[in-house]
Amino acid sequence: MSKPFLEVDNLAKVFADGQGGELTVFDEVSFALNKGEFVCIIGHSGCGKSTILNVLAGLDEASKGNVIMNGKEVSGPSLERGVVFQNYSLLPWMTALKNIMFGVRARWPGWSREQVRTHSERYLTMVGLDKAMHRKPSQLSGGMRQRVSIARAFATQPELLLLDEPFGALDALTRGVIQDELVKIWSETQQTVFMITHDVDEAILLSDRIFLMSNGPHARIAESVKVNINRPRSRATIFQDPAYHRVRDYLVDFLVNRSGTATPDTQGKPRVVDPTLLPPVSPQRPAEASACEESNTESAARAVNA
Amino acid sequence: MNSLAMRGSLLSLVFLVVMLGLWELATATSGGGGTAELSEYELLMGGAGDEGVARVPPPSAVISHAIAELANPFYDNGPNDKGIGIQLAYSIYRVITGYSMALAVALPLGFVIGMSPLMYKALNPYIQVLRPISPLAWMPLALFIIQDSERSAIFVIFICSIWPMLLNTAFGVANVRQDWINVARTHELGPLRTAVTVILPAAAPTILTGMRISIGIAWLVIVAAEMLVGGTGIGYYVWNEWNNLDLASVIFSILMIGVVGMLLDMALGRAQRLVEFKE
Repeated sequence: MSKPFLEVDNLAKVFADGQGGELTVFDEVSFALNKGEFVCIIGHSGCGKSTILNVLAGLDEASKGNVIMNGKEVSGPSLERGVVFQNYSLLPWMTALKNIMFGVRARWPGWSREQVRTHSERYLTMVGLDKAMHRKPSQLSGGMRQRVSIARAFATQPELLLLDEPFGALDALTRGVIQDELVKIWSETQQTVFMITHDVDEAILLSDRIFLMSNGPHARIAESVKVNINRPRSRATIFQDPAYHRVRDYLVDFLVNRSGTATPDTQGKPRVVDPTLLPPVSPQRPAEASACEESNTESAARAVNA
Repeated sequence: MNSLAMRGSLLSLVFLVVMLGLWELATATSGGGGTAELSEYELLMGGAGDEGVARVPPPSAVISHAIAELANPFYDNGPNDKGIGIQLAYSIYRVITGYSMALAVALPLGFVIGMSPLMYKALNPYIQVLRPISPLAWMPLALFIIQDSERSAIFVIFICSIWPMLLNTAFGVANVRQDWINVARTHELGPLRTAVTVILPAAAPTILTGMRISIGIAWLVIVAAEMLVGGTGIGYYVWNEWNNLDLASVIFSILMIGVVGMLLDMALGRAQRLVEFKE
């Protein structure tokens, strides 16, 4: 097996708790990402998801452990790791286009102005904002701002994209539309994406794998859940797939019942789980269980390979 | 007619007319008893009878004087008699020179203080001690060291306008949202490019506020400074006309000081609007 694209080893973060003691938010967090994978991470508030993401971005430092991307240790921020922040973090004195050009120019300092502009416009068009490119962030809705932010991150073509709850502040309808756009751009660019979310449905729609975190303090990434649903997936039809309900039930069961006690395997790696191979969690759906028997054999083979 | 702006200007006009009317009336009655004995002061002034009694001129006299002065603002009949335009130009030149020098120092220094908590801690005591010093208190030292009254006046402007710009720059720079700094960091911008492309525009509204406060202070101080150093400038002009007991000129120049101060403030107000942004 070749080395994974990104390896996180034994990461921990300790804060002073303000009373002279220490607070270990997360501990012994280890996982790996493969190139081109879309991975979501779900966990209750306070388990340190954002800190993990900031460490991956190089914006924060872990108290222990290390992160290796492409065989090189991550220390400090880099253009190879693009970040989309929850609060968009657009520069408010620039228009949408200028915000993207800001990123593109930083990425390719040698490019001509024309080149930078054409490239930036292409990505703005991808997120459907070609008509609003000369507006400033204050003149855009929350959804539009987040689209600009996503376009900026994708336009710099980083090897790893880190999304910190990008849709957390958006209403459900807008969120759905941008999720579709995100899937579209991602399938065109095949970038590796690591995303924090609180939304189980969003995670299933987007991810190849979903990391489940146990509760902090001393939070761990306890499980890595495979989402065995064929792509392209669509918001409108995904819930008709029986596997969708298997995964969803599994995730909800973890978050509601098991997130306080779950632990990784003995080597500290997340337990690999494929809910479609497990006996159904909720007995009220026997019909679906048999319906996905066929795909089960296939995914069982895949599970063995992994 | 019923818009707020219209009603506001109308009321302003009413106030003006009422004020000028009262003023005119007050000065007219006080001149009534001209037959009284001349005071020693009036005798000294060479006044005999009504003509020479020094009193605050009525607005009509000030206005007609203003029209005459403004008709030919740049005449120059020697050191004691220059047009108001020339005097104002001297003052504005000194303010702009001292102010620009202050800006050239305050901006980079403010960045250093704002970006480095260590420098803030190291320099803050000096700033706190130097800031409350009346700029005119520097004048004797400046005159001794610089040995030139013109440059000393410029130095006084420099020293009085530096503090608001320095403190506002430092404050603006220190309080740039961490999110925007993170954007610069994730895009691998170096410290200089971060300062120019992210921190400067983000702090610009705060910096401009400091610049606006500074220009106001500089304009206040130049009048006093020129009264001290003499020679040219609007401050000297006011004092000189007082010595001439030409009160119409004094009142006229006071008004001109106000108008120029307002124009300077408006210019920076414009600049401030240019760099402002909505989040």
